[in-house]
Amino acid sequence: MIEFDRVSVTYDGAPGPALREATFTVPEGELALVIGRTGSGKSTLLRAINGLVPHFTGGTLSGRVTVSGRDTREYRPRDLADVVGIVGQDPMAGFVTDTVEDELAYTMESLGIAPDVMRRRVEETLDLLGLADVRDRPLTALSGGQRQRTAIGAALTPHPAVLVLDEPTSALDPGAAEEVLAALQRLVHDLGVTVVMAEHRLERVVQYADRVIEVPGGSGPVQSGEPVRLMATAPVAPPVVQLGRLAGWSPLPLSVRDARRAAGALRTRLDGAVPLRAGMSTGTSTGTSLARCRDLVVRYDRTVALRGVTLEVTAGEVVALMGRNGAGKSTLLNALVGLVTPVSGAVDASGLTPVRTRPKDLVKAVGLVPQEPADLLYAATVRDECAQADADFRVADGTCRALLARLAPGIDDDTHPRDLSEGQRLCLALAVVLCGAPPLLLLDEPTRGLDYGAKQRLVEILRELTAAGHAVLLSTHDVELVAEVATRVVVLADGEVVADGETTAVVAGSPAFAPQVAKILAPLPFLTVGEVAAALGEAS
Amino acid sequence: MRAVDNPTLPRALHPGAWWLWAIGLAVAASRTRNPVLLILLLAVTGFVVSARRSDAPWANSYAAFLRLGLVLIGVRVVLQALLSTRSQGSHVLFILPEVPLPDWASGVKLGGEVTAEAVLTAVYDGLQLATMLCCIGAANALASPRRLLKSLPGALYEVGVACVVALTFAPQLVTDARRIRAARRLRGRTNRGLQALRTTGMPILEGALDRSVELAAAMDSRGYGRTGHVPQLQRRITGALVLLGLFGVALGVYTLLTDAMDPLAAVGALAGGLLVSFAGLLAGHRRVARSRYRPDPWALPEWLVTASGAVAAGLTVIAAYAGVEGLVLPGPLTVPGVPLLPVVAILVGLLPAVAAPPLAPPVQAPRRTEVAVP
Repeated sequence: MIEFDRVSVTYDGAPGPALREATFTVPEGELALVIGRTGSGKSTLLRAINGLVPHFTGGTLSGRVTVSGRDTREYRPRDLADVVGIVGQDPMAGFVTDTVEDELAYTMESLGIAPDVMRRRVEETLDLLGLADVRDRPLTALSGGQRQRTAIGAALTPHPAVLVLDEPTSALDPGAAEEVLAALQRLVHDLGVTVVMAEHRLERVVQYADRVIEVPGGSGPVQSGEPVRLMATAPVAPPVVQLGRLAGWSPLPLSVRDARRAAGALRTRLDGAVPLRAGMSTGTSTGTSLARCRDLVVRYDRTVALRGVTLEVTAGEVVALMGRNGAGKSTLLNALVGLVTPVSGAVDASGLTPVRTRPKDLVKAVGLVPQEPADLLYAATVRDECAQADADFRVADGTCRALLARLAPGIDDDTHPRDLSEGQRLCLALAVVLCGAPPLLLLDEPTRGLDYGAKQRLVEILRELTAAGHAVLLSTHDVELVAEVATRVVVLADGEVVADGETTAVVAGSPAFAPQVAKILAPLPFLTVGEVAAALGEAS
Repeated sequence: MRAVDNPTLPRALHPGAWWLWAIGLAVAASRTRNPVLLILLLAVTGFVVSARRSDAPWANSYAAFLRLGLVLIGVRVVLQALLSTRSQGSHVLFILPEVPLPDWASGVKLGGEVTAEAVLTAVYDGLQLATMLCCIGAANALASPRRLLKSLPGALYEVGVACVVALTFAPQLVTDARRIRAARRLRGRTNRGLQALRTTGMPILEGALDRSVELAAAMDSRGYGRTGHVPQLQRRITGALVLLGLFGVALGVYTLLTDAMDPLAAVGALAGGLLVSFAGLLAGHRRVARSRYRPDPWALPEWLVTASGAVAAGLTVIAAYAGVEGLVLPGPLTVPGVPLLPVVAILVGLLPAVAAPPLAPPVQAPRRTEVAVP
C-alpha cells in the first residue's frame, strides 16, 4: 500500500538530511508504528506519505514514495486527499470548520462527494467513533479525546486507504487514549484501513502494532520489521519490553497480558522482596510545609474547577497530580502561583498568599513551568534568554546559563529557543524558573512530547531537586513517570480530591493509573523496572 | 407540506433569511426620525431576538450592539452640546463656558449656549443610527456568521474560507495573549510598558504564524483547492463581472438610502448590479468541483421571514414617498405623532417570532465514563 524506495529528505539550509535512506513497504491493512527519538525525522517520514514533504514544506526528496500506486512526485497532497487521511500532532490546529459535523464533512466537500453519500458517511463515522452525542458541539468545547477522535473521523470520512497519525495519544489522559486506540483498532480490524502512526508513548501502542518502523536519526538507516524483533534492540522501549529484556523472556512480550503469562517465575523469585524506591526518602517526610491549600474553591463563570480542595506538600516530596483532562489539575497549579483567584478557601505557597504577592517577590517562593514551556521564553537566542532571566530574577549573571548547562548539556548559545527539541525547551524553561531558586516547583504536564531519554533526564533532575530540599508538585497523565519519581499521588476528579496517598498505594490497584510493571507483577508492590533490577541484584 | 415548510418543527433558519429581515427593518429605520417609531423598531427586533436566539456565544451580540447604540447617542449629544449654535432653535437649556478660538476657526463655536433643539435633534439622530445598528445586531445574534459564510455561492468559496479562518483565529489570539501574559507573571514581570508589548507581541505573532502554517498544511492534505481546470480568460471575466456587479449593488443601495440620486436610477443601478454579479457567480460556479454538506434549506419559513422584512421596508419607503405625516418631525420640540401606516409596517416585522421555527433544545450529552478512579 505504501512504498518507500531509498527516500532521503534534506530541508533547505539544513546541514544534513532529516531522513536518510528509508526503504520499506507497508502492506494493506497493517498498523505500522513509527518509533524514534525526538527530532529523528518521524514527522518528516509521516508527512512524506501524502506528499506534504516536499510539496508543502520545501526541501529535496530523493528516491520514490508511492501510495496506492500513486507517486507523490506527480500528485500533490490535495490530489492524494482521497487516498491518504492525515491527522497532525495538535488536532485543534488542523480544524477548518467549527462544529463536529461540519468538520467530518469538510474533506468530502472538497472532494465533491454527493450530498446523500456525505450524509450517510457522517452518520456512520459519528457512530463508529462514538461522537454522536457531541455532533452539534463547537470544536472548542470538546475534550481532548473527543477532539482527537473528531480529527480521526474527519480524515476517515472520504474513506482513505491510508490513515497517518502523528502522536495521537500524547496529550491525552489514559482513559481518552484508550478511547482513541480502541477506535483505531476497529478501523484496522473491521475496515482494513492501513494505519501509520508515530507515538512516544510506546507503552500504550506497541502491542497493537503489526510492524515497527524505526527512525534512528543521524546516520543509521531506517529499519522496518516485526515489532518483537525490532523492540529487542530498539533504543526506545516501553517498560514491558525493558522488563522482558531484563528477565530474558523469549519471545519478547509486548503487551501486559503476554508479559504476565511469562512472569510466573519472576514473581516467585521476587516474592518477599521489598522494592527500594530509588532516590526517595522512605516513610513519612517531616520536612517543612511548602504548599498548603485549605477548602480551595475556584470557579470560571458557571463551571466549578475546584470544589473544596485541601492539600499539603512538604519539602523533599514529589507529588503527582493525576486525573482526567479538565479535572482541575492546571487550575490548582495556577492557584498556587496566583494566576487564578480563589472564590473561597486559603492558598499558601512557601508562606506567601500568591494573589496578594507582587510577581517579583512570588517567583522567589514558587515557580511554575506551564504546559507550553515556550510561553516563558521571549528572546531570540538561548544566550539572551538566560541573560534576561538573570535580570528578571535579580541573580548574578550566568546563573541561568550554569543551571541550563547542568540540566541539558551541549545546547548551542546561539540557537533560537523555538528550534530546540521539546526536551531541551523544557529544560530551558526549567532553568529560567529555577533561577529564582523557588523552594516550591510546579510542573504542568512536563512529559508532553518527551521521548524516553529526555524523560529519564527529567526524572534525575527532579530527584536532585528534592534531595536539595525543594518540593515538586507536577500534574501529569504519564503513569510511568509517576511510578518513577512521585512519592505521593493525588487524584482529582471534577475538582475534588478523590485519592491522596503514597504512590504505591494509589496507583497499584487502579486499572487506569497502574504502571505496566505493577500490572505485570501484581500483587507484588513493584512499580518500575529499576526497582525490579535492584531487587534481583540483591537476591542474586 | 414538506417537513422543512413547517414553522413549528425545530430547526435553524437559513441565516440569509435573518439578514434580509434585519436589512428590511434597518431600511425602515433609515426612513424615519420619529422616536416613537424607532423605539417600536427596537422593541420589535429585541422581541424577535429573545424569542428565537440560540445559546451560542454570538447570540449575546444584540445586547452588545444595544450598548454600542447608547454610547453612540451619548457621544452625539455631547458633541452637539459642545458645538451647538442658536441656528437650530432658541430654547437655551444651559450655558457652558465658551472656549475662545483663533480667527481662522471662525464659524465654529466651542461651548456657550446649549439649546434644547440641538440636544433633541442629536438624540433623535443618534437613536436612528442606534436602531439601524441594533437591526444588524439582531441579525448577528440570530444567524451564525459561519453558517452564512457556508451558504455563500461557490464562486466566493475562497473568500468564505478566509473569513471562517479569520473568525477562528481572532478568539485564538485572545486566548494566546492571556496565556502569555500569565506566563510573564511567572517570570516576575509586571504587564506594563513598551517592553511588555514586545515580549507578549512576539510570541503571539509567532504562535499565530505557526498555526497558520499548520492549518494550511492540513487544508492542503484535505483536498482544499482541488478545482476543475478553467482557462485564464474565463477566470478573469468571472472576477470582473463579480466586481462590477458588487459596485453596482453598492452604488444602488447607497443612493437609495441617501436620496443622492433619482430613485429610479438608484433602483436601476441596484437591479443591474445584482444581475451582473449573479452572472459572474454563475460563471464562477462552474470551476468549483465541490459539493455541500447539509445545505440550509430555503422553505416557507425563510420566505415568510424575508417577506416580513421586505414588507416593513417597502411600506415605510412608500409612506416616506407619499409624505405620510409623522415620519419626519416638523421640529424637534413637537410631540412626535403616531402615524398608522409605518406602525403597521414595523409591526409586520414581528412575524419571525412565530414564523421562524424554534431551535431544537440543547441535548444534554451523557457524561463520559472512562477513568476508574481508585
